[in-house]
Amino acid sequence: MRRRPDYLAHVILLFGVLIFIFPIWLMFAGATQDAGAINRGDISLLPRLSHLGVFMRALTYNGGVKGGVPVWHMLLISLAMALAIAAGKIVISLLSAFAVSFFRFPFRQVAFWIIFITLMLPVEVRIIPTYSVMASLHLVNSFTGLTMPLIASATATLLFRQVFVAVPDELVEAAKMDGAGPMRFLVDILIPVTSANLAALFVILFVYGWNQYLWPLLVATDPRYQTVILGIVQMIGVDQLIQWNMVMATTCLAILPPVLVVVLMQRWFVKGLAETDK
Amino acid sequence: MAVLELHGLRKEFAGQTILHGLDLRLDDGEMLVIVGASGCGKSTLLRLIAGLELPSGGQIMLDGAQITERDPAARDIAMVFQNYALYPHMSVFQNMAYGLKLRHQSKEEINRRVTEAAELLGITPLLARKPRELSGGQRQRVAMGRAIVREPKLFLFDEPLSNLDARLRVQMRGEIRRLQQRLGITSLYVTHDQVEAMTMADRLIVMHQGVAAQIATPMEVFARPANIYVAGFIGAPSMNFCTGRLVGAGDEAALGFGAQVRLPGRFISASGNVTIGVRPEHLMLDPAGSPMTIDLIEPLGSECLVHGKLADDTAITMRLPGDRPAHDHLTISLPPSHLHVFDTESGVRLEAIS
Repeated sequence: MRRRPDYLAHVILLFGVLIFIFPIWLMFAGATQDAGAINRGDISLLPRLSHLGVFMRALTYNGGVKGGVPVWHMLLISLAMALAIAAGKIVISLLSAFAVSFFRFPFRQVAFWIIFITLMLPVEVRIIPTYSVMASLHLVNSFTGLTMPLIASATATLLFRQVFVAVPDELVEAAKMDGAGPMRFLVDILIPVTSANLAALFVILFVYGWNQYLWPLLVATDPRYQTVILGIVQMIGVDQLIQWNMVMATTCLAILPPVLVVVLMQRWFVKGLAETDK
Repeated sequence: MAVLELHGLRKEFAGQTILHGLDLRLDDGEMLVIVGASGCGKSTLLRLIAGLELPSGGQIMLDGAQITERDPAARDIAMVFQNYALYPHMSVFQNMAYGLKLRHQSKEEINRRVTEAAELLGITPLLARKPRELSGGQRQRVAMGRAIVREPKLFLFDEPLSNLDARLRVQMRGEIRRLQQRLGITSLYVTHDQVEAMTMADRLIVMHQGVAAQIATPMEVFARPANIYVAGFIGAPSMNFCTGRLVGAGDEAALGFGAQVRLPGRFISASGNVTIGVRPEHLMLDPAGSPMTIDLIEPLGSECLVHGKLADDTAITMRLPGDRPAHDHLTISLPPSHLHVFDTESGVRLEAIS
């Protein structure tokens, strides 16, 4: 039996793609227009190819603020923050999930539930006490203060626990018989075996870290720690005429790193989410 | 080359006794097979010896050294798992070399041992492959190889063939046995398959509810089962049992279905109640015998298995050579020389007194 292509499904898919791609296209096209044209509201959907240099200029644009740092600096801060959050979350949750899944110790269940309960307390809920703790530790306007409160993560711990529980007991026992201690087992067996899940989680956490807004807004008042997300908001808030083309160009630059991470790790990402065969 | 001794080995878990004080001695190079239905404690026993679980009491001695609470890796014991438990991200070579690497063997030594073991098992062409690219039988060989390269004192096999198809199982059964004899490594093999148990064992332990019901050579277990459980467990189809009472001088029994049979000697039982066991292949057709109603015939080609009931509804199975019987009734008798006599109350085998 020959399968007839399902035209309706493709039309709907295409429509969906258009809806999602439109704002991004508008952003890209807008970046190449005059600042004034966008302010007047006559934005063209056709990018002016002669103005592609705007992206290079945007890298050194300081947001039109006195003492503002250039966009490339903001991008670096964002990148460092996202990497630190993703890596930190993975290390912490890997170890805590390892502990609650493979070791028998007193109050193991209690420990697990305490971790679980923190799911109900995201940064937004505990923002004032967290700020107060950071302030008394003199960590406001520091890289540590920017990343550390965002690292402790119950979601990742739960996810890893589920992955670890699915690892067959016999594999653990074989490693024991082979003479692997707990940390050997973690490094030599567990991490390689669950690497696809690790990669998937890294992608999610990187994007999560990159998109942080509220916490950096509070704790990083010094421009030296300004992330690109904050930078964009600041650009819109200036008194003089908003440089919309610069804002659009910066926004384009700001979505590049997460997109790159997703694209580069897509193979792993899909494998990690879809793989059930262990 | 090693001798394994268990002294009163006991395991309780959550208030339940899984293993009731087991004493056992494995001689150098011996292949001992532990057989039993699931939940009889056979896997627990293996895991205790491997060190994957700690006993509640008793001792494990390997070559005279106390290893009861020693770390699994320090016991010099290798184990082959039911699901092979190969490391999925490592090649066959790495899988086999991993244990040696952790024991800080030199590169040359690791290479030599892995190459030799691979040669022995015929998996040399597979050394670069990943486990997922192997068939079940090949994975089984790699799992064996991983145990062999360690050159351990003791091999433990935890139902290693139960995931293979029937034909491969027969083949691997022979291979494991040949290999074990050639290497001369003391081995403990757990299985629930009685054919595997009979064919591979130097000696057999039949486990039942955490107790070793019998420890003997396969032929001894078959010919002189120690109790009713062992008699029913070993042999396919299972032994037939009829209850009755000793009569006369104890050399005859009056059976429930109305027949009186001669026994292979004189027996004494405290209550006088005995259970007579007879294997399906030993029942005889006898025009003057007891009637049996047939309810199922299973033709096996050269012979038939005939299932039926005696006068008192005792289920009985008979192995008949040749074609299926023409009638739905047979008359059978129990040959005295092939009867097993058990005490009905305790289930223990009774021996004829001289």
